[in-house]
Amino acid sequence: MRDELLSIIEKNSRIDLKELAVMLGVGEIDVVNELCALEKEGIICGYHTLINWEKTSIEKVNALIEVRVTPQRGKGFDHIAERIYKYPEVKAVYLISGGYDLLVTLEEKSLKDIAMFVSEKLSGLDSVISTATHFILKKYKDHGTILSVHEEDQREVISP
Amino acid sequence: MNKFLAENIVSIKPSGIRKFFDIVSEMKDAISLGVGEPDFDTPWHIREEGIYSLEKGKTFYTSNSGLKDLRQEISNFIKRTRGVSYCPDNEILVTVGGSEAIDIGFRALINQGDEVLIPQPSYVSYEPCAILAGAVPKIIQLKAENDFRLTPGELLSAITDKTKILVLPYPNNPTGAIMTKDDLSKIAKIIVEKDILVMSDEIYAALTYDGKHSSIVEFEGMKERTLLIEGFSKAYAMTGWRLGYVCGPKEIIAQMTKIHQYAIMCAPTTSQYAAIEALKNGDNDVKEMRTAYNQRRRFLLHRFKEMKLDCFEPYGAFYVFPCIKEFGMTSEEFATKFLQDEKVALVPGTAFGESGEGFLRISYAYSLETLKIAMNKLEHFITKLRQK
Repeated sequence: MRDELLSIIEKNSRIDLKELAVMLGVGEIDVVNELCALEKEGIICGYHTLINWEKTSIEKVNALIEVRVTPQRGKGFDHIAERIYKYPEVKAVYLISGGYDLLVTLEEKSLKDIAMFVSEKLSGLDSVISTATHFILKKYKDHGTILSVHEEDQREVISP
Repeated sequence: MNKFLAENIVSIKPSGIRKFFDIVSEMKDAISLGVGEPDFDTPWHIREEGIYSLEKGKTFYTSNSGLKDLRQEISNFIKRTRGVSYCPDNEILVTVGGSEAIDIGFRALINQGDEVLIPQPSYVSYEPCAILAGAVPKIIQLKAENDFRLTPGELLSAITDKTKILVLPYPNNPTGAIMTKDDLSKIAKIIVEKDILVMSDEIYAALTYDGKHSSIVEFEGMKERTLLIEGFSKAYAMTGWRLGYVCGPKEIIAQMTKIHQYAIMCAPTTSQYAAIEALKNGDNDVKEMRTAYNQRRRFLLHRFKEMKLDCFEPYGAFYVFPCIKEFGMTSEEFATKFLQDEKVALVPGTAFGESGEGFLRISYAYSLETLKIAMNKLEHFITKLRQK
């Protein structure tokens, strides 16, 4: 049940508990218990909403920043990663294999705010060697969801 | 003009679905639960392979029986899902959908007057195709109390010395019924004993929700007397690609290949390339779609229980087949009134044979949101009927 439960609520975290139980073919209480367990085990880390901000009047600018750092003795990359992810404007931090070390995604109100963050906060950290900032111009798909395309059912209305 | 027309085709009624289709198409905002094809798009990697084949200029005929690589993949697939080996060289034919295999299968086997046993309710084309091939169709009326499975008793009492073929349409459209391994073993025994053939239409095999699909070819003595019809439409959501196949004894496949060669030439080349990708790398897509269908199936059955609508639990395809006999209307009356009052289209069970009277086919090849709205409307409708 666990895998199927996770794959349903990954797509729709607002689904009704009763409905979830019916779809999985188990009791409602089992679903509640499993969800509690998943939260406790840190497998479910949050219930977020995917918003297409472009359609609102609120301005948001997103950037992906490649960061090269010097790992610290005994702490590897974890320590420097923590110093970066503690900033609330940082949306995600990933350790990356390849040409650079950390990928940081940042959300701010304006280009200027991003520039300020990179130059004053990020570049100033001791172990940061270099950064490369990429601005996101348009989001086509996010979290597995294609944004802003509404597709009509193209099938014939009745077929054998 | 009529005097020029062929009598045998004139005497065949147009599909019962057609009539309903015309009414629904007129209504703009109607919700339809009447579709017999998946709501998913063909998985992108499969489409991509089709596109790539076009880019590479693979736009020519293939061999009559289909691309060698595809037949090899089909052979591997049947081996891993049914445990039976078919030789890609002479026991497999790639067809234009499962539908073509049904048609040419009858044409390759029927002599005028041979009897074909067709259990109903079932897919609309067996009976007309059998008639066009010169057969006398003998309908076996399946019963709700048997969950629409074919019983040994029903089979035995339908067999005469003219019987040549039994059509075995499981998992079933429109009822969603399946035949278990146990059910099939009894059928297989009779088939061998009475020395007849089986046309096993397993187009919905991948959509089985209670364990693994069982096929009649798995039983002793059945591979040599079965045409196993399968395809890509339902499992991989590839209806528009028009691609199916048939596996069977090489003598029958050879005759079918002749008809196919003269009537069709070969199945669409682009579709064949896409199908290779589907068989090689599509298992996961099928699994995901099956999981989604199963969730919707459970949802519908739960809603029927809530509204006290009688329905047996179907374990296959993407249909449920609730009984509406309590309302004292025919299936067609019910479906027509439901469409007028609530603007939801369902298919009357009678479109799939007389024994579908008193039942409706509801397809769950729709999003859960759509199903939810439609079930609320159905509940509203039957509550009103019951108050009268």
